Amino acid sequence: MQAEMTVAPEQVREITGTRTHRRTRLWSVRFGLVVVWLASWQYAATHWIDPFFYSKPSAIGGRLVDWFTTGTAFGSIWKQLAVTLEEAVLGFLIGAVAGVVLGILLGRARFAAEVAAPFIKAANAVPRIVLASLFIIWFGLGLTSKVATAVVLVFFAVFFNAFQGAREVDRNLVNNARILGASRTQVLTSIVVPSATSWIFASLHAAFGFALIGAVVGEYAGADKGMGLLIANAQGTFDAAGIYAGMIIITVVALLAEWLLTLLENRLLRWRPPAQTSGDNYA
Amino acid sequence: MTVIALRNATKRFPGTGGRPHTAVRDLTFEVAAGEFVAVVGPTGCGKSTTLSLVSGLEPPSSGEVEVDGTPVRGIPDGVGYMFQSDAVLPWRSVLDNVAAGPRYRGLAKAEARQKATVWVERVGLAKFAGYYPHQLSGGMRKRVALAQTLVNEPRIMLMDEPFSALDVQTRQLMQDELLRLWQGTGAAVVFVTHDLEEAIALADRVVVMTSSPATVKAIFDVPLRRPRDVEEIRMTPEFTAAYREIWACLRDEVARAREEASRAG
Repeated sequence: MQAEMTVAPEQVREITGTRTHRRTRLWSVRFGLVVVWLASWQYAATHWIDPFFYSKPSAIGGRLVDWFTTGTAFGSIWKQLAVTLEEAVLGFLIGAVAGVVLGILLGRARFAAEVAAPFIKAANAVPRIVLASLFIIWFGLGLTSKVATAVVLVFFAVFFNAFQGAREVDRNLVNNARILGASRTQVLTSIVVPSATSWIFASLHAAFGFALIGAVVGEYAGADKGMGLLIANAQGTFDAAGIYAGMIIITVVALLAEWLLTLLENRLLRWRPPAQTSGDNYA
Repeated sequence: MTVIALRNATKRFPGTGGRPHTAVRDLTFEVAAGEFVAVVGPTGCGKSTTLSLVSGLEPPSSGEVEVDGTPVRGIPDGVGYMFQSDAVLPWRSVLDNVAAGPRYRGLAKAEARQKATVWVERVGLAKFAGYYPHQLSGGMRKRVALAQTLVNEPRIMLMDEPFSALDVQTRQLMQDELLRLWQGTGAAVVFVTHDLEEAIALADRVVVMTSSPATVKAIFDVPLRRPRDVEEIRMTPEFTAAYREIWACLRDEVARAREEASRAG
């Protein structure tokens, strides 16, 4: 009796204990890997390889500190970052909204989808990144040309998923809604759109990355401010550390955006069984 | 008064390899207001197609389908339909699922919810009103679907093997629930099933279908009094007699369907 009463709580502690233990181990191994990688790079760049071409972690760290304390050759780093973010966010919003709306509408209109299919395939096959150069000619060096580049990249990523999502809607759900009295518009808003949401979110994760790429490449092709300009300038002056530093900043921004999107996704897709939600993968 | 009338209704679907596949042919039968009709037939014979025709989800290839004396064009007014597989919206709570019909029909959110609450209580899910469908058992999801259909106060209820996916005990419970909720609504029911026991326990008349392509083979009256307790009624001699009579008719069709299936497979 005595033994039974003491065993139970200990078992519970043991289980939660292993879980926290597992987490600690997971993160220490991850952290260890980064340390080993950076240290070996630092060591190699000091002794064997030429840091002029490959740079080294300390130089990159120094450049980052320099950018954030004294600023870049083109002014404050925050300003450059804000410009790139503005372009990316605008491009993301316009591209995602257009992709979702057109994807869902075309996904529900069989004939129109068949008419449009070859054109969409062709448009998707165009190396869209090249359009960045064209947009600079059309819209000049300012914000518009970068937003346009981001929009074309985001649009197609979101469009195909929204299209597929709208097509995969359970016929049973649609029939049930029609019997219950739903009009065509009500079927669209209450059945098709929520069904396609998981599909759309799957693409939105990648799409913000595309928006950043579009903005940076747009700036790279020609701009007077932004992260792409910093990187292009670093390339022009053979400043490998500058390229890495720019890369790191953009990566951090992309990860933050990813985290925000996951929060939004979990909020909107609360109704899904927990096994399906993408908890730790994106956290 | 006749509410549903099928006259030589035939439905063909474009089959594999270009040849049209006939699901049902020359269907002729009528359902009166407030009557509970069960349609039985071998598995896969086209029983569900009958419901699609009455609901207006599919137009007949030839023949006539009438609801309330007018030919069916689109979904007729006052029709409810419970599907074989789950058709509840996974992203809505139990209450909002039940409120869907009234919302579609133009009721304000608060009113629709008020109406839905009554039905959620009637099907015994009051404690689960805020749950999402994935948090419920199969039987509870069927209750949601039942409430979702009944909240619209249909005059015609079409039910396509609604309880076939449930275990035996839950199925009997749901059959009792269905009878309890249906009594007093005055709705006509067409209940498709491949389970003859279920058909006899629930219905006033049983329509026996042939194997594919299905048509009406015979129609039997069920001489059992209401209100019924589906568990008790199975033991009565009247039930056994009716079962024996109808099974004699259905048996050949089931055998033929099996033969065809084994030949095709």
